[in-house]
Amino acid sequence: MLANGPSLRLLPYLDDHNRFFWTSGEDGSLRILRCHACHFYNHPPGPVCRNCLSRDQAPQVVRGRGRVETFSINYQQWIPGSEPYVIAWVSLEEQPSVRLTTNLIDVEPGDVHVGMEVAVEFEAIEDVYIPLFRPVGPQDAS
Amino acid sequence: MSPAPVGEPLERRAVISGIGQSQIGRRLGRSDLDLTAEAALAAMADAGLQREDIDGLSTYPGMGSGTPGFAGPTTPEVQDALGLSLNWHDGGGEGAGQMRAVIAASLAVAAGLARHVLVYRTVTEGTAQGAGGRPGIGGGGGSGRGVPRFGGFLQWSLPYGAVSAANWIAMVGQRRMHEFGLTREQLGQIALNGRRNAALNPNAIYADPMSMDDYLAARMISTPLCLFDCDAPCDGSTAVVVSHRDVADDLDHPAVQINAVGTALRGRPSWDQFDDMTTMAARDAAAAMWERTELVPADVDTAQLYDGFSVLAIVWIEALGFCGRGESGAFIEGGGAIGRDGVLPLNTAGGQLSGGRLHGFGLIHEACVQLRGEGGARQVVRPNGRGPEVAAVANGGGPIAGTMLLTRDVR
Repeated sequence: MLANGPSLRLLPYLDDHNRFFWTSGEDGSLRILRCHACHFYNHPPGPVCRNCLSRDQAPQVVRGRGRVETFSINYQQWIPGSEPYVIAWVSLEEQPSVRLTTNLIDVEPGDVHVGMEVAVEFEAIEDVYIPLFRPVGPQDAS
Repeated sequence: MSPAPVGEPLERRAVISGIGQSQIGRRLGRSDLDLTAEAALAAMADAGLQREDIDGLSTYPGMGSGTPGFAGPTTPEVQDALGLSLNWHDGGGEGAGQMRAVIAASLAVAAGLARHVLVYRTVTEGTAQGAGGRPGIGGGGGSGRGVPRFGGFLQWSLPYGAVSAANWIAMVGQRRMHEFGLTREQLGQIALNGRRNAALNPNAIYADPMSMDDYLAARMISTPLCLFDCDAPCDGSTAVVVSHRDVADDLDHPAVQINAVGTALRGRPSWDQFDDMTTMAARDAAAAMWERTELVPADVDTAQLYDGFSVLAIVWIEALGFCGRGESGAFIEGGGAIGRDGVLPLNTAGGQLSGGRLHGFGLIHEACVQLRGEGGARQVVRPNGRGPEVAAVANGGGPIAGTMLLTRDVR
């Protein structure tokens, strides 16, 4: 089994633009900024909608399901004491152009693949809830 | 799309009239200003210019952050060190890759802001890193004062241990394996080609022979990238003089003309949000360059393509149209096509993987060496029996990209 991430997670500064994203997991939900005018999801969050330039945006709960678009198993000890972990870009099912850089958790090295269906899970550190993704199994049937 | 053409591209009014490099090595223990002065004086002498002739100064990235040993001296520091009187100076880390400093110089010359611009790029990453190895961004966080916090674009990757360009570019490599069937053996040809050429470059960092078995056995950094897919941090400075083309006849060597530059960034400026995960900004910069020239990819005699990581070189091979999209793996299979006697002689001084991480400018320097026929044992000779007349140079990877075509003599 690979580690669920580096031995130490460097954390984001929270501000009025990113706080909703990094604290969203407090209630178990992932939120992405969405435009009310054109319904486009904008990530990372910006002051106006990248699609239509409207300012009418608000965080929207998404299902937290996605697909591994690509990945890398990191071996280098950038952060001392780390065991090999998986970095992935996960696209969200609501709008696949939205991708999150993340770690895959509870995976074996040989099982990771592009196209893998994954579901969000959060790791709480200090005041931040880090979105991570684990493979969707049979128990996740919806 | 590009703006409507306005006649001859203005960058074509500029030539590279002189080139110079400092001592290059793994850990020289010399200051960045000292190395820069050495390269600058060499380039000025090569161009046949005196200190009084230099009236412009340009660098990448200039004043700024970055990991230790990355930035090099600022233009005011170099101006003062060399006692220059300047009509124009510019340093910056945003733009068309590291070569943005050369492009800016060409436009300054075309606009009449300066006549001879000294352009330099200096790194002391070898000394700065010492025996400690390459750091990740964020430095591993062992400050002992709580967990470090980051804003800006880094906040989206650092919490996940994606702390190095090696991690971000590994994602591109893995995606290429998925979409196009790229193999490690194919990727390894970039590293092997660089090592073969480095053996003929007295300034190269790594010149020992390397086999495919050596490559495949190297320790993993971030799959699919192993140690030999990552460039070699070093100390060194490269300088070029960018002058108005009307000085070309005064030189005692061929002038190298800037035929066209590519500076576009049309997709999202982000590693994980760029629409095409296999090319990124190289696609945009290359397309923009070809829109500014009558030359075509088949005219290129040698390519000096950014290989801070091996994957980036193959991204550029495709982006510049030397093969079709997704076909670079097959193109470099066996290494013949990119050898010095192949259809596309690539990174003929060893690139950054073996020549050393001179951060884009080593590639610009080598393009000039080859066009001037000064490559010595590694000089490319084309099937027509002549040296290269057209060189493609590319800098950068991911959301950072710049490219240009250089030609021998003024056209």
